[in-house]
Amino acid sequence: MTDKKDNLVEARGLTFHFGSRVIFNGIDLDLQRGKVTAIMGPSGTGKTTLLRLIGGQIRPTAGTIHVDGHEVPRLSRRELFELRKRMGMLFQSGALLTDLSVFDNVAFPLREHTALPETMVRDLVLMKLEAVGLRGAQRLMPSELSGGMARRVALARAIALDPMMIMYDEPFTGQDPISMGVLVKLIRDLNEVLGLTSIIVSHDVAEASQIADYIYVLSQGVVVGQGTPDELHQSESEWVRQFMQGMPDGPVPFHYPAGDYAEELLSPGEGR
Amino acid sequence: MNTFQQLGHNALTAFQRLGRAHLFLFAVLAGAPSLLPRLRLLIQQLFSVGVLSLVIIVVAGLFVGMVLGLQGYNTLVDFGAEESLGVMVALSLVRELGPVVAALLFAGRAGSALTAEIGLMKATEQLSGMEMMAVDPLKRVVAPRFVAGVLSMPLLAAIFSAVGVMGGYFVGVGLLGVDEGAFWSQMQSRVDFDEDIMNGVIKSIVFGVVVTWIAVFEGYDAVPTSAGVSRATTRTVVYASLAVLGLDFVLTALMFGEV
Repeated sequence: MTDKKDNLVEARGLTFHFGSRVIFNGIDLDLQRGKVTAIMGPSGTGKTTLLRLIGGQIRPTAGTIHVDGHEVPRLSRRELFELRKRMGMLFQSGALLTDLSVFDNVAFPLREHTALPETMVRDLVLMKLEAVGLRGAQRLMPSELSGGMARRVALARAIALDPMMIMYDEPFTGQDPISMGVLVKLIRDLNEVLGLTSIIVSHDVAEASQIADYIYVLSQGVVVGQGTPDELHQSESEWVRQFMQGMPDGPVPFHYPAGDYAEELLSPGEGR
Repeated sequence: MNTFQQLGHNALTAFQRLGRAHLFLFAVLAGAPSLLPRLRLLIQQLFSVGVLSLVIIVVAGLFVGMVLGLQGYNTLVDFGAEESLGVMVALSLVRELGPVVAALLFAGRAGSALTAEIGLMKATEQLSGMEMMAVDPLKRVVAPRFVAGVLSMPLLAAIFSAVGVMGGYFVGVGLLGVDEGAFWSQMQSRVDFDEDIMNGVIKSIVFGVVVTWIAVFEGYDAVPTSAGVSRATTRTVVYASLAVLGLDFVLTALMFGEV
């Protein structure tokens, strides 16, 4: 199924409710093949939920999501697993298997999904680790890695099966400037070299603007802004400007909604 | 009214959970055959679930047997029946204490470890990560642990009973002077293979299924936070222990009730 603009991921009217909370309310997304697309927004806007929807771990309340022409929520478990073999996902924590070494972690998807001989698995793993600069760390256990290294190992694991796309969940959070720089470079380079499509969920404006071809800004369940990084920086929308420039108060209020302040101080309290 | 609402809500939650637990069990059983080509996974788990529980089982079995020997002797000697000590020790162990105490220890040692391990894997997104790598955690993580638990339990219970008998022998024959020949020959003639030993084995198989099921389900269903995992671990030990004791009564009534 070829779409007009060759989109790898397409969401139409995507709606998702978590209990009575509305996480997404009819959003449309087009993620172009071969590009790096960033999904940005304040914490708690359901950015990670979006990745889970794309990966089929949860089903939308309404609307459709197509990945490479397949409507994800309608796939059977078997078809979904087939599709996931072509998707890589980088979790915020890395999600490395703690009882396996770095080498075995990267080898994990290869051993699970292919019948390659061990010598070839070894070569592939070494190549992936070399690509993220951690070939020397192959014998370490995940507990011996720094946060940045763990994420790079997870990245090597995510590309082990040469997927068509990679989803990054908050890849820059909690990284020192050097590992941040390394990750920014890796994400961009891998996208070019391997011909991937990358989706980055992030609230780190500077880093995401640096590598993204296109950015969606989400807030309160809707897309409030979209465009190339330059377009967004000059956006007319006050909201988008507040977000991109990190101002503490604006359309997004500093205060969580609450009753009248003076009244609450004077009231006797509920006394739990 | 609120109390009633709460009561109803709690009941519904409990039944929902029970339903989830059963669906989970079916999914795990359906995933179990996929272990056949990958016995290595099972062997690893047999080691950590079974072999690593051996020390506590052997030590506990020895002491339980020794206490049985001591108490049994003191009672039997009043009737001049201390030569039946072997029978008493063996029957107590094979019918009841072996399966039950071994299962309780197993719940505390291996069950809690299983829950904590799976719960932490969930909390650290390892299970989710596997799913995104198109690997089913039920097959890769839960099934080997479940099968290992079910296979280990009867063996551990048998070892518990065997060591317990030795404990009773040391105390009864070694320390208190019961006649060695009578100790063994009475045991041999009075302990029936079908009636006593097999019923004990059946008990321990049932306990193995229930304890391991509770342990892996609690881990898989745990709230993925440190508090959630700690609560799940506690629940495993409490529920598994109660289930073992309750089921033991039911099984005993079914097996020996009409005699």
